[in-house]
Amino acid sequence: MMAPIRQAHGSDALKLVLAWGFVGIPLVWGIVQTLVNALEAFH
Amino acid sequence: MTRLIGITRPAPGDWKLTQLGWIFSLAIFILGTSAALLGRWVEEGGPRKAMFTAAWCFGDGFLVSALGVHLHQLWIIYLGYGFIGGIGLGLGYISPVSTLIKWFPDRPGMAIMGFGGAAFIAAPLSVWLMTRFSTPSHIGVGETLVVLGLIYLCFMMVGAAIVRVPAPGWAPAGYVASAQPKPLVTTQHVYVYDALRTPQFWLIWWILCLNVTAGIGVLSQASAMSQEMFGGRITAVAASGLVGLFSLFNMGGRFAWSSISDYIGRKNTYFLFFALGTLLYALVPYAGSVGSVGLFVLCYAIIFSMYGGGFATVPAYLRDMFGTRYVGAIHGLLLTAWSMAGIFGPVLVNYIRQYNITHGVARAQAYNVTMYVMAALLIIGFICNVFVRFVHERFHMRAVHADVEVEGAPVFGRQ
Repeated sequence: MMAPIRQAHGSDALKLVLAWGFVGIPLVWGIVQTLVNALEAFH
Repeated sequence: MTRLIGITRPAPGDWKLTQLGWIFSLAIFILGTSAALLGRWVEEGGPRKAMFTAAWCFGDGFLVSALGVHLHQLWIIYLGYGFIGGIGLGLGYISPVSTLIKWFPDRPGMAIMGFGGAAFIAAPLSVWLMTRFSTPSHIGVGETLVVLGLIYLCFMMVGAAIVRVPAPGWAPAGYVASAQPKPLVTTQHVYVYDALRTPQFWLIWWILCLNVTAGIGVLSQASAMSQEMFGGRITAVAASGLVGLFSLFNMGGRFAWSSISDYIGRKNTYFLFFALGTLLYALVPYAGSVGSVGLFVLCYAIIFSMYGGGFATVPAYLRDMFGTRYVGAIHGLLLTAWSMAGIFGPVLVNYIRQYNITHGVARAQAYNVTMYVMAALLIIGFICNVFVRFVHERFHMRAVHADVEVEGAPVFGRQ
């Protein structure tokens, strides 16, 4: 049994961006570092 | 950490790699044990309390380890990272599981894929910190551990502060629960300790254990293995690059395979893991014999994607079998399979290799038997997966009244 669907509001969108940034920015930095190291290893 | 005294090379008082290896093994063992013992508390006490505890344990584990490095006492590091940090790992691993499954009932597989990504942050960050703290007479490991511990504590505290359990009856936009029962997906719930009495739990335990044993065994030796199988062609630097690349597939596999499992089902996903994995493990010796680095990398990339995928898919497999009510606690019990695999895998790989070398097998072929053993383990896993069926209804919890689990939501009591 499901209740009515709750839609995201404007302030939720900001929280969403902040939350993704909190996780995503360090992760992307780490992946870029890993790829750079991996590519250097093959040169 | 093998050069804390010698700085440029290991000195007589320095710790050996075999001694240090037990830090990781102990942490993984405690992860599974604490997840098993504390899973019910996490499920019933809620994710915030558990994440808060996990943050303190994991952060403090690093700080205690830093003290161990400072005093040069290995047992303090076993206590810090291995035991205290292991509890933090276990609690931190299971606490988001049921929360995410409740938030994303339409994508239970895709919801659980985050673990593994931290390696991409921690590895380069640790190297960077050690270069900042090192001096000609000091490596800087202790200071690095302190900074990492504080960073983990802060980040995990933010997670604990913002985590929310969805309101009763919440559903994603556009999601309509299927009225038709799906194959092998229950709408019932099984109590955490009743799950232990079902054959399904133990079949999935072996499925996870065998999949992880194969993966973790080669993961722990991927660098050395690639250098020995392709002597002179893959340098130590290239090997470390390959390990980073494999880690990327490990994390990507968590996302990709768990998402795929939402469409093709968990059982079929594991059939793919075991069938494809058996083929790929058996192909690795061939790649070595013909000197094909490309085939070797391709095989391992897919193998590691399935290793990560196995971890990410199993909570959804449990949810399909036992319902959502105690899935976090049941998942915690299942992680003892990881504890066992953390010992079986590296031991199998190391001891078979050593046995072969002692008996005159060339280093390039020393891993061949291991690969065939891993392939055989996956065949056993395939057979276990064949026997997974619906949980018998005598194990289902019965609905009693509507005010225990969360206000206004259907609640279940034990039969």
